Amino acid sequence: MSTAGFNSQNGTGTGQSYANGPSQNPVAPQQLPGVGYGMTHQPTYNPMQAKAPAPPGPPGLYPSGPYQPVTPVCSYQPGPPLTSYSSPSGQSLLTRPLMGGPPSHTPPQSASPGPRLPPAQATPPPPAVSSTSYYTNPQQPQPMAPAWQYNTAPPPMGQPASINTPPRGPVASHVNPAASSTPPLSTAYSPAPPPPHMSHSVPQPPGPGMPRSPLHGYTQPGTAPPPMTPMVPHTYQPNRAPYGPPPTMKPAPPPIGPPIANATPPPPMADAQCGGAVNSTLPPTEHDCQEGDIECPGTVAGNGPQAPNSYNHVDNKMAGPHQPGPPGRHLGHYPSLPPGYQNTSAPAMHPAIQAATQPYTQAPQPYQQPLGGPGPAQLSPSLAAMSLQSSTPEALRVVNLLQERNLLPPIPIPAPTPCLQQDLQKINCNPEVFRSTLTSIPQTQSLLNKAKMPLGLLLHPFKDLSQLPVVTSSTIVRCRSCRTYINPFVSFLDQRRWKCNLCHRVNDVPEEFMYNPVSRSYGEPHKRPEVQNATIEFIAPSEYMLRPPQPAVYLFILDVSHNAVETGYLSVFCQSLLDNIDALPGDSRTKVGFVTFDSTIHFYNLQEGLSQPQMLIVSDIEDIFLPTPDSLLVNLNECKELVQDLLKSLPTLFEKTMETQSALGSALQAAYKLLLPTGGRMSVFQTQLPNLGVGTLQSREDPNQRANAKDVQHLSPATDFYKKLALDCSGQQVAVDLFLLSSQYCDLASLGCISRYSAGSVYYYPSYHHQHNPAQVECFQKDLKRYLTRKIGFEAVMRIRCTKGLSIHTFHGNFFVRSTDLLSLPNVNPDAGFAVQMSIEENLDDMQVVSFQAALLYTSSKGERRIRVHTLCLPVVNSLSDIFAGADVQAITGLLACMAVDRSATASMGDARDAMTNAAIDSLTSFRQSVLTIQQPGLLAPACLRLFPLFILALLKQKAFRTGTSTRLDDRLFAMCQLKYQPLVYSMLMIHPALYRVDDLTDEGALNINERTIPQPRVLQLSVEKLSREAAFLMDAGTVMYLWIGRNCHPNFLTQVLGVPSYAAVPDNLYLLPELDTAESQRTRAFIGWLRDQRPFFPSLHVIRDESQLKPTFMQNMIEDRTESALSYYEFLLHLQQQISK
Amino acid sequence: MLTLVLCAALIFFVIWQIIAFDELRTDFKNPIDQSNPTRARERILNIERICNLLRRLVVPEYSIHGLFCLMFMCAGEWVTLGLNIPLLFYHLWRFLHRPADGSVVMYDPVSVMNADILNYCQKESWCKMGFYLLSFFYYLYSMVYALLSF
Repeated sequence: MSTAGFNSQNGTGTGQSYANGPSQNPVAPQQLPGVGYGMTHQPTYNPMQAKAPAPPGPPGLYPSGPYQPVTPVCSYQPGPPLTSYSSPSGQSLLTRPLMGGPPSHTPPQSASPGPRLPPAQATPPPPAVSSTSYYTNPQQPQPMAPAWQYNTAPPPMGQPASINTPPRGPVASHVNPAASSTPPLSTAYSPAPPPPHMSHSVPQPPGPGMPRSPLHGYTQPGTAPPPMTPMVPHTYQPNRAPYGPPPTMKPAPPPIGPPIANATPPPPMADAQCGGAVNSTLPPTEHDCQEGDIECPGTVAGNGPQAPNSYNHVDNKMAGPHQPGPPGRHLGHYPSLPPGYQNTSAPAMHPAIQAATQPYTQAPQPYQQPLGGPGPAQLSPSLAAMSLQSSTPEALRVVNLLQERNLLPPIPIPAPTPCLQQDLQKINCNPEVFRSTLTSIPQTQSLLNKAKMPLGLLLHPFKDLSQLPVVTSSTIVRCRSCRTYINPFVSFLDQRRWKCNLCHRVNDVPEEFMYNPVSRSYGEPHKRPEVQNATIEFIAPSEYMLRPPQPAVYLFILDVSHNAVETGYLSVFCQSLLDNIDALPGDSRTKVGFVTFDSTIHFYNLQEGLSQPQMLIVSDIEDIFLPTPDSLLVNLNECKELVQDLLKSLPTLFEKTMETQSALGSALQAAYKLLLPTGGRMSVFQTQLPNLGVGTLQSREDPNQRANAKDVQHLSPATDFYKKLALDCSGQQVAVDLFLLSSQYCDLASLGCISRYSAGSVYYYPSYHHQHNPAQVECFQKDLKRYLTRKIGFEAVMRIRCTKGLSIHTFHGNFFVRSTDLLSLPNVNPDAGFAVQMSIEENLDDMQVVSFQAALLYTSSKGERRIRVHTLCLPVVNSLSDIFAGADVQAITGLLACMAVDRSATASMGDARDAMTNAAIDSLTSFRQSVLTIQQPGLLAPACLRLFPLFILALLKQKAFRTGTSTRLDDRLFAMCQLKYQPLVYSMLMIHPALYRVDDLTDEGALNINERTIPQPRVLQLSVEKLSREAAFLMDAGTVMYLWIGRNCHPNFLTQVLGVPSYAAVPDNLYLLPELDTAESQRTRAFIGWLRDQRPFFPSLHVIRDESQLKPTFMQNMIEDRTESALSYYEFLLHLQQQISK
Repeated sequence: MLTLVLCAALIFFVIWQIIAFDELRTDFKNPIDQSNPTRARERILNIERICNLLRRLVVPEYSIHGLFCLMFMCAGEWVTLGLNIPLLFYHLWRFLHRPADGSVVMYDPVSVMNADILNYCQKESWCKMGFYLLSFFYYLYSMVYALLSF
């Protein structure tokens, strides 16, 4: 499968290689068939593994069977070796290669490697290559030993080489055949142990191999020739796969070369060919599959290969001689999981592919199997683990981060899929809404502690959804003891009773629930929409409201001091509100009000009947009162004209003001009093530090300390005035949204509390000015439009429940925690994200799955009480490797960022930074010590965590946490706010921006949305080495985009997209792309527009060139590069490695 | 003698703390009522009230404990002092590491509901109660012993 993927990647290369394969051995053609077989077989294989890994019984036969479970060592080895041996002639070669290869490798590591290698070289390198690849698959199953051998594989390859060809085929076939024909093989294999030698000698086998192979399957015969090549390919392929296929290819050859030695030169080709061959063999079916799967298959395939790649790389770098060393590394990779993966994975892949989706899902059996942990009581834990691995090979493939450069996938990383039964998986909650850091929940807290990864959930509960089933019902079915809403993961004991999946209580199904309104049938409670959708919305009956639903109430509090008027924001605000006044969410009861303030508070009487708005000034800011409480908040529909009048006159009203003081605290108190009876939303626009009356703040920032590398002060609030006020607001269902438009320090740490605890949001526009900063103005306009018109929920509460045994202990986001599982959200908006940390209080021994349910009860702007329920179901596992396989690196990064923000405020920035680094060190150490059975040099990470160190480094270099670079305190605090309350998708972009090359956009692979063609360039690594003077690059950092123009950028791009004749003519402050009627311009604009459409805020675009002021900002986002104060990615990895090996 | 009385006062404080945390933890169990917006105000006031009380008790508790440490020192009761010194340092440490925003000493209403903090506080007060009880009996014993040996 994987190979297929590779092939594709390799592209032409593979094809050729394939040819080579054949040429070498006639078998090639046969191989193909074999491949086909393998494919088919594999599927079966997988299931087998999944179901009863332990049973190896079949396993015996099967190398694979044993492999999976055993993974490691023994079982696998026996199986494979034997097989290979048996095949000796043909297959054996193949197997051997594996075996031999591995053994030799291992030995090589110690000593033999050297010698062997030579032999290998001497032997037909090409075959060797092929064999290796094959082997890899087979070997993997074998656990450690094989694995090692595997590494050695190169040598074996050589030997096998001749043989190899056959082996390959065999291997492939093995998988399939293994099951069926294994017995014979096994015997043959048994000899295998010698494999290494065998392999060498093996050459003879070819003939025999062929014959034998028949048993195995055609593989031997057909495969034999191909195998040779295939082997190589494997290594290559994997490498390629992981990277980007193309690049890997290159590297791979060299690697091979080294191992094989001079002799090999051909081998490389062979490899390539092999790869091709392999691919081809598998490809037929697999190709598609892989592609479809993309991640899983590709990765799987990739895994095997990757290791090789790294190997190759090493070789290249190290030079041929080093081979031993590299092998060792390889071994390391392979040995442990990878091999297993490869083998298993390959099979898994197939099945998976066949299955269509994921491997696990395939497992026909219940989750149990997939889970590994639960089901397989029979199996030993390790076996279970194996089975899991087989299903999720990709995730656990070992990656040596020091050797593999191009780890960043060319497309955005999708969320990993939990290893669940397929039908559950299909209805599980969308990961964009509800996502866990570990998609496999550990059984016990001690297991979780061992894994050293944070367990938590990331939610985006009020996300705008295009398809949301809404149920109106007089009774909402809930568990009687824990009040869980009925959901797709409950079990129906019979027609009349259901068992709660959170507390396990058995409940009755109410009569009303027996009728299904969708199908209009009776007696099928399990077909109700509540039980068919993990995300659903109920319209709540009257018992859910003890007071009438709150109307939509909007109060705007505007700073009109001299400073504010200077920025010119007032006219933009008024214009936006005028434009969108009809789009404000609400019904006929909607109310609006305005308060302005400088050193005094101004209210506006908008009561119906007045000819024009009346301004009422209250100058007693110490004891604030409302002049006419009834007419300050008015019904929007009835008084729309007055409101419009006011908005038109406001900007001019204060044009000449010379008042510089700002009594924000008093204004907030006044607004609170105004909203007290109804609740609602306050939008506060502030442009300077409040310096009058209550809530006065002092400037705490010392500009000279901005770049202080030691520690950052003043991250916590200076006064608790705003916090207390926020709590009051929260109690009265008032949310405060803060718009900060300031060029100076505003103490966001203190001001931000007002939004943080009242579930508001914070917007920050540093250096906002209507003339000097047009990009900010555009940004502000767009954000305002979204802000005013987006959906809103009032007087909301969110409760997160989880299966008994799990408990939630910390929440992140903007809200007030009212009870240990209840968040109070005076307003909820579609752009707010939340995170929670969890711990496991009781062992989850007897559970196969656990569920989490987030229920958000809110009043819609139309005055309806609604409940939105999301339910997520995850498997429980009992082995560390399964936990690692299910790790979601993005979610972990997001949660760690939240934790680090808290840590910065309660302890210190240095502490938070250390904690993040330690998180990476701890989890990788744990992986190395607990999951890897074979120790090897290098910085090893499972494939699913391969980006973890990169993301941690990105966090350390993020505005919020960086040190040593001049960062304004407010910028830093704003970044922290965003990390905490933005949904994961957006915060990931802030952490690790995406870089695209945009001067050569093509329609190849483009998306087509609404008849617009949107090119899809690949994501590049954030390193200056990826930049080129001849090109233009777009960096998408979430809230801002940079278009960097290279000095020698193609004039075509300059004229067609930017509309300027030359590089020198690119204006300094370009923030808009001209709308030119050229294909290039359309593509670029379509792409940027598409990126913008994906998020609720408006990222401004800055066109920069070498001389631009923003260039340093752009360069600071080049995370993988070294800066004066921070490590480069490679240095960081070395640092991690050093810490891990301590 | 005096220590005996003071220690009884400390025990009382701690017991009150335990009750307070328990009250914080057990929100009213009626879920519908809990999600009712009008309840929010009540609940928040309640949390704030408890936190304020807790906070007010912190300083007296610490100072009483500090006082009899001082008394032991003056009386040359080195063994007893040695027993109390760890707690004294713990109190100092907690007091000095309180949140930075001036008025709030500890028990911040916005974070106290996070289960980990609540758990920590609860455990802390149980431990303290154990310690105070033990020391109470120890002081009692010492007093009786001292009286008898006259």
